[in-house]
Amino acid sequence: MSVISASAHAHVEHHELGFLRTYVFSTDHKMIGRQFLFLGLMMMILGGALALVIRWQLAWPETPVPGLGLILRETGGILEPSTYNMAFTMHATIMIFFVVMPILAGGFGNFLIPLMIGARDMAFPVLNMLSFWAAFVAGILMLAGFFVPGGHAAAGWTSYAPLASVVEYTGVNWGQNLWLISLFVLGISSMMGSINYITTVINMRAPGMSMFRMPLVIWSLFITAILLLLALPVLTSAAAMMLFDRVLGTSWFRPSGGGEPLLWQHLFWYFGHPEVYILILPAMGIASEILPVFARKPIFGYHAMAFSMIAIAFLSWVVYGHHMFVSGMNPALGMAFTVSTMIIAVPSAIKTFNWLGTLWGGRIRLTVPMLNALAFVSMFVIGGLSGIFMASTPVDIYIQDTYYIVAHIHYVVFGGSIFGAFAAIYYWFPKMFGRMTNRALGHLHFWPTFVFFNMTFFPMHILGIGGHMRRIYNPLQYEFLQPLQWWNVLITIGAIGLGLAQLPFVINFFWSLFAGPRAPLNPWNATTLEWTAPSPPPHLNWGGALPTVYRGPYEYSVPEWAEDFLPQTVPAARAGARRH
Amino acid sequence: MTTEILEPPGVARPARGARIPPPPGGGDGDDREPAPRRPFLDNVRLAMIFLISGEIMFFGGLVSAFLVLRVSAAVWPPPLQPRLPVAVTGLNTLVLLASSATMLAAGRALRRRDGAALLRWLLATAGLGALFLLVQGYEWARLIRFGLTLSSGAYGATFYTLIGAHAAHVLGALVWLLVVAVLAARAPLLERRAGPLTACAMYWHFVVALWPLLYVAVYLA
Repeated sequence: MSVISASAHAHVEHHELGFLRTYVFSTDHKMIGRQFLFLGLMMMILGGALALVIRWQLAWPETPVPGLGLILRETGGILEPSTYNMAFTMHATIMIFFVVMPILAGGFGNFLIPLMIGARDMAFPVLNMLSFWAAFVAGILMLAGFFVPGGHAAAGWTSYAPLASVVEYTGVNWGQNLWLISLFVLGISSMMGSINYITTVINMRAPGMSMFRMPLVIWSLFITAILLLLALPVLTSAAAMMLFDRVLGTSWFRPSGGGEPLLWQHLFWYFGHPEVYILILPAMGIASEILPVFARKPIFGYHAMAFSMIAIAFLSWVVYGHHMFVSGMNPALGMAFTVSTMIIAVPSAIKTFNWLGTLWGGRIRLTVPMLNALAFVSMFVIGGLSGIFMASTPVDIYIQDTYYIVAHIHYVVFGGSIFGAFAAIYYWFPKMFGRMTNRALGHLHFWPTFVFFNMTFFPMHILGIGGHMRRIYNPLQYEFLQPLQWWNVLITIGAIGLGLAQLPFVINFFWSLFAGPRAPLNPWNATTLEWTAPSPPPHLNWGGALPTVYRGPYEYSVPEWAEDFLPQTVPAARAGARRH
Repeated sequence: MTTEILEPPGVARPARGARIPPPPGGGDGDDREPAPRRPFLDNVRLAMIFLISGEIMFFGGLVSAFLVLRVSAAVWPPPLQPRLPVAVTGLNTLVLLASSATMLAAGRALRRRDGAALLRWLLATAGLGALFLLVQGYEWARLIRFGLTLSSGAYGATFYTLIGAHAAHVLGALVWLLVVAVLAARAPLLERRAGPLTACAMYWHFVVALWPLLYVAVYLA
């Protein structure tokens, strides 16, 4: 180990960059990754607070929300219907576009791609920097919407026309406009980032790193980037049309002028369904990375894993109609969407089977990243299974727009993507910041989060079957929902617990950032390339020569090899010589 | 435990017969001696292909939305609305197509390392692009005078959004082209100048190739 760091220090160029170029306008992929991570974590605080406001209103309707009286002075902290609409709209918008996407695709995409394929940086470092700052501007525009007269967007995160395209229907003027402009800017950011990711993965791999020697998380980020590249522009075009309808008086979605409100749903979900996989694919890759390391076994079915992700990405373009079963659709077309949606369960099941196959007979170490990765797999199974119910049109007609849908989306995006993000943060924290996280605090974060997560979101299935509509202001106004109200109270208590359970994470993150024990080069005994660079890796990642790759990424418990892991960089001859 | 990982390539040849068992999960077999790869396309060309694919999806969204409204309309163009200038725009299409030809000539000049000719062809391309935009702007002004605006129903909305989005892309490509022309004029022709020029030329051909499709869809169909 000392040999490496010595040679690394000898070769790394020490051209000092100022504070601004190092921490703010950095072109280093690792710093940009950290910036995206911080952007996502900061926005998560806001998104989480909005979720608690929504939950308070549903459990104890029209009572003052504790602490909210400081902001909503006129009502003394009581949520009005318009404020409630704004809260759930912005909760979803922030969590999807400014938490999960920045953390997984932006943060870990940037940090991991060059390090794990053996490149010194992205193909276009300046473009990479612009991508972050465009996302930052999009975030500022989105936050600005909270401060304009009329409040922020309140038509749901899907912003269906005509509710969102006509100012008079919600009374929200510049809030919705800023929402659209922000997503337009975010689309530009995503385009710059995804072009960079794809080019880097195709052209910048180290010698010996063939496509099928890439770690699966890189496969997942590569496929995510292709989805981002092709899906986001459709949303961008739709956002432009709606903005023109609202500001310039065009008639894209206005029937009186020959427009078609349903058109928005088609454009939105044509983007929206690939978007779902943009949120989950990186988490799938992260789990595929962490499970072999802590089961000390090769991933089960590497090629099947890569091809099933490709299949998921391909199928994600032909299933979007399942979001519109009740919007008015030819029944034959609905049938086609039902079938294509159910087919997507096949590659997802292949992945789950392979994760279980990886764990089977492994020497499992229940570290904090492993616990989060296991939570990802198990919660993703629940979310995936409830998705199959909805794919069936007759069932969907009954449960659409109920809390069943809310339960499903949270099992996939919190149970899937957010647990994946936590797993990734705990796993790569030593490489990202050069320090280890605290194990006890990690457990104190994971277990309550896991328990309260299920306490919050599982009962939503029951509420949904009971007919509890999504996006209602006051469930007590409906006689048939009154017997179910205690579930709402239980869910809210779970949600508050879930919020409190994040405190150990915040403490752990910042304490470890400054005072954690120094991380060794390869704390988890993993085989992939990022663990051959110093922790944290210097500018240009490796001093001296770039690593050379001799084999696939999951060589754990190799027979006849002294250690139980064989890094990708150990030459074949040496591996042969050191056999026993 | 990880002391040998920065071994420079080429040092270790696999010993005869030395073979690790094939990996059960991961990788594409081992023992292949890593060789430097030659990418089939350089970074700039590859990135431009992806940028253009993203742009195609953007215009795909706009055009498919236009087609939905166009097909579901009972009468198109709607009565009492001005007709689009098919003939003038047809000639203008030729102007834009010609700019693609001059851009190809600029590429040939670059390969001949003829700096003066390169600059000449780049400026000719920019001139044709600017002419296209001017004619479009003049036609827009006439249409607005005749009463076709963004707010005059789906007909005006789709026309100005689609054609305006294309015009914005031509304008962006024009600015990019002028920057490249300034780069080419300032410094002697170097190989490393080819990157920005290649990227700009690819983008230019894209906005030119897009136009006939929009012309047929919006003006003729």
